[in-house]
Amino acid sequence: MPSRRALIGGAAASVAAAVLAAPQVRAQAQPSVVVVGGGFAGASCARALKQLDRDLAVTLIEPETAYLACPFSNAVLAGLRGIDAQTFGYDRFGDIGFIRKRAVAVDAERRRVRLDDGTDIGYVRLVLAPGVDLRFDALPGYDEAAAEIMPHAWKAGPQTLLLRDQLAAMPDGGVVILSAPANPFRCPPGPYERASLIAHYLKTSKPRSKLIILDAKDAFSKQRLFEAAWRELYPGLIEWVPLSSGGRVTEVDPATRTLVTEFGSHKADIANVIPPQRAGRIAQSAGVADQTGWCPIDPVTFESRLQPAIHVVGDAAIGGAMPKSAFSANAQAKACAAAVAALVRERQPAQPKLINTCYSLIAPGYGISIAGVYQPRDGLLAEVEGAGGTSPLEAPSSVRELEAAYAEDWFRTITSEVFG
Amino acid sequence: MTSHDMMRPKNRRGRSFAPVLVAALAASAPTWAGAAPGAAACTGCHGPAALGSAIPSLDGHAADDIVAQMQAFRSGEREATVMDRIARGYTEEETRAIAEWLAKPEAARHAQP
Repeated sequence: MPSRRALIGGAAASVAAAVLAAPQVRAQAQPSVVVVGGGFAGASCARALKQLDRDLAVTLIEPETAYLACPFSNAVLAGLRGIDAQTFGYDRFGDIGFIRKRAVAVDAERRRVRLDDGTDIGYVRLVLAPGVDLRFDALPGYDEAAAEIMPHAWKAGPQTLLLRDQLAAMPDGGVVILSAPANPFRCPPGPYERASLIAHYLKTSKPRSKLIILDAKDAFSKQRLFEAAWRELYPGLIEWVPLSSGGRVTEVDPATRTLVTEFGSHKADIANVIPPQRAGRIAQSAGVADQTGWCPIDPVTFESRLQPAIHVVGDAAIGGAMPKSAFSANAQAKACAAAVAALVRERQPAQPKLINTCYSLIAPGYGISIAGVYQPRDGLLAEVEGAGGTSPLEAPSSVRELEAAYAEDWFRTITSEVFG
Repeated sequence: MTSHDMMRPKNRRGRSFAPVLVAALAASAPTWAGAAPGAAACTGCHGPAALGSAIPSLDGHAADDIVAQMQAFRSGEREATVMDRIARGYTEEETRAIAEWLAKPEAARHAQP
């Protein structure tokens, strides 16, 4: 049942749409489309919009001077890669208007975005791509100060380097604890790729050490492939504690680096706490996030179910069967751009068909993947049956090597498409 | 090269011609507005040939070739890491539409803003 807020929002919205939309669109030779967020979703969408219709006035709002990409940041933690390889500037965005400010509020009725310097910018259509906010109110003891001791490293940047440096400084024989959240969260296979690459580092540099995964779930992405590889490459090094064995962390104490679960408490030398997440703050203030903290969308247009003329793409959106990944974000952004470009010219948007492919590294030269094809069904993005799935459980090392190489080249291709 | 591409540099240089160009552009096909549903997702992995990726570029292939390769992935006749899993998500008709778009000149697909 839709919430009361959604119903009221919807009613107000359709009146606003009727009053505003038509005259505005017809009056503007260069309709203004504003994109908030310069990650894989937002940067892809701004670029695609301009490619689709050069006469759109496309503005990208992003406060940072560079983007730090999460895919492959687990390799940085393990000392296999520099952070520079994760860093992408915003200097190749051609005639897309780039505003280096933070969007702080949206007036959905007047169709304006307010920026942190008090100015505002109008739009015919708005695309929000705010990614995730880490919740510092969901796990007792885990706030922003605690993250300086027990890093999440779930946004690439200083947190990645903090965890990397902690691992480098840990004496041999230490205990690393990684706590993984319940679904949904950014990058479902990410915690397990991270565990693999940390295990690789421990095996090669600190072989008497141990890694424990405390998990709020009983199952995870590519699980059989990860577990088989762990048995083969890291026997006795990784211990996975699922929800049903007391894996859910209910409280942390940064002072003693202790993680408390329903079944007891664990003291860590290094604690990597990946907390629960929700859509980035602007989604909450724009009224496009529901009680789950994420944003319900129309699967054809990516338009919010709660506010008219606001579209949401990437990790912040409720993508149905699509996981929250950089690949999904890029694919959704291009489909959304096509829909927005059609809508501002009063054309019918086409039914999209999307792909996701996520690679995970278990060790250098050992890659695995999960893929899916998606299309709108019953109001959600649903998987096309008979397609998709994971790498085979049994495969020669040459296949794992090939997938590791493809993972690297996928990263090069997608970042070059998104950031130029 | 499409007429759209030829118009672009002029549009950048001389804004005073904009109204004339808008009319001209409206008559030509936009960059990938005409792309088949699903085609845009391919470029997340398959980039321009100049990138020199181990993942092959789709530039410069005839539509019939792409349709045949997708068929071979779908049937398992051609070995693959992920393309067999992806190809099974597309019908013959969808594959044909995507292949025809991919077979268009490179400039029409990888244009940068």
